[in-house]
Amino acid sequence: MMISRAERSANYVILIVFAAFALFPLGSILAAALGPESASVAREGGGLHWENFATAWTQGQFGRYMTTSVVVSALVVSVALVCSIMAGYAFGTMRFRGEQALFYLFLLGIMVPTEAIIVPLYFDLRTLGLTNTIWGVALPQIAQSIAFGTYWMRAYFKSSNVSIMEAARLDGAGTHRILWQVLVPIGRPALTTLVLLTFMWTWNEFLIPLVMSPSGSVRTAPLGLAFFQGQHVQGTTLLAAAAVLVALPVVIVYLFLQRHFVKGMIEGAVRE
Amino acid sequence: MRSGLAGPTAPPDRRRAAVPLRRRLTPYGFLLPAFCLYAAFLLVPIGRAVQLSLYEWDGLTVGTFVGLDNFATVASDPRLREAFWHALVLIIFYSVLPLLIGLLLAAVLNRGKVRGLPFFRTVIFLPQVVAMVVVAVAWRQIYAPNGSLNSGLRAVGLGSLARPWLGDYTFSLPAVGFVGTWVSMGLVTVLLLAGMSRIPIDLFEAARLDGAGAVREFFAITLPAIRGEITVALTLTIIAALKTFDLVYVTTGGGPGTSTTVPSYEVYRRAFQLGEVGAAAAVGITLTILIFGINLVVNKVGDRSST
Repeated sequence: MMISRAERSANYVILIVFAAFALFPLGSILAAALGPESASVAREGGGLHWENFATAWTQGQFGRYMTTSVVVSALVVSVALVCSIMAGYAFGTMRFRGEQALFYLFLLGIMVPTEAIIVPLYFDLRTLGLTNTIWGVALPQIAQSIAFGTYWMRAYFKSSNVSIMEAARLDGAGTHRILWQVLVPIGRPALTTLVLLTFMWTWNEFLIPLVMSPSGSVRTAPLGLAFFQGQHVQGTTLLAAAAVLVALPVVIVYLFLQRHFVKGMIEGAVRE
Repeated sequence: MRSGLAGPTAPPDRRRAAVPLRRRLTPYGFLLPAFCLYAAFLLVPIGRAVQLSLYEWDGLTVGTFVGLDNFATVASDPRLREAFWHALVLIIFYSVLPLLIGLLLAAVLNRGKVRGLPFFRTVIFLPQVVAMVVVAVAWRQIYAPNGSLNSGLRAVGLGSLARPWLGDYTFSLPAVGFVGTWVSMGLVTVLLLAGMSRIPIDLFEAARLDGAGAVREFFAITLPAIRGEITVALTLTIIAALKTFDLVYVTTGGGPGTSTTVPSYEVYRRAFQLGEVGAAAAVGITLTILIFGINLVVNKVGDRSST
């Protein structure tokens, strides 16, 4: 394409400005996290203060919160994945009575905001004795993830190769074997993307863990950070270090697999 | 219903004509686990939310049926009306501004053979994957009275503009909204870029041969081709704007006064701090209806303009 030199440099200026804008808040919190915690620490000198992360970790009880987050994420991702694969398989490859109506019912779950259901969820789960438990935090998120996951897996199974399924059937494979031993292995990219998105949404979720554990006994990492902030109104260093710790798992996965994230969010969005 | 789950012993079925019962039940068997969890923790709560919105209930004692009174409150309570108004203002920051930025960046990325495109895409999308609490903590430090925004202003001689941004009655809502712009712009850019990269390159070359400049090329070719992506970007970001919760909870708590309160924050405050459960449910339902309505309008307009 023919592009003048002036236009080209203008393009780079625009891109650099916005890249800097995107990075600045994250860069500054990382810088704050590695800075000296107090004037006395600053006098001792010594470039980067990695010990801030350890201090924030222990002071803010992030060991406990991270464990909760890992357990909740593992539960939500695994249960929602298996359920979504099975439901998506039914919607994508089988014909049955009520198919349309049921599918729209699942679609509804993608559109209804958490804000609408959080109130009854809290009071009903309290009655069932599930508040302040891992399940109280995980089950509502499993349901939301199933709504998106079913929709996602249906699209994958619809596009999957019919001749492969036919061949497997002629070889005597039943519906279960076709799903788990033929379609799931070749569907790795679609599954990876779904796992990543579900993990990210679960790890970052705020409202559900906030409401479902009023006693704070099953606080996830983002909640821990919010409460840590409440205690550290002044000290920005430890707060910044804690923020970096909470963001890190998703950011690391993102940097390695960013194509999956971007592709997933765009495909999920465009097909809607 | 569970017979479909019976396992790998299902006999090979070559005679499709007479479909045995267990085979007809198979799809329902596959749907069962998903449906049970989904129904119990999403469908039932939706119904219960509608039910709760018709009661006056403090979460402890027996509720009283009040019909649509809670919805009348949503319409008349000044604080709630303000919350919904703020949500609409946030749409400008979450959707309109990022759309303008996204159009500019995607156009630049698409037509200039930019080196380092993957790097740029990764960087600008990064705010999307960081937890909102972390985003809120980062921006609180930037907006703080002696944070980097105010130091920057003082450094360039605009110290008179420095203020505690999140504690200012006039500027706290725009300050919160601007964080939304920062978060959304990457998603919008990447979305629009995906649409633009599907436009056949000869179209641009033909336009260039006809003497069209970058601006005319953009309005004549690029913009009409990505209407679908614009619709999707607006839908997603508008929903995000209307659902703002963690950002407000962590940065301002709705304040100062009521200057940054939003519907989702009011749901939380009324249900779990003030014990006005019915009113909270009504706000949640109203928010849902608003989201559905705006979705419908955006998609209708998007459809019509593309035909």
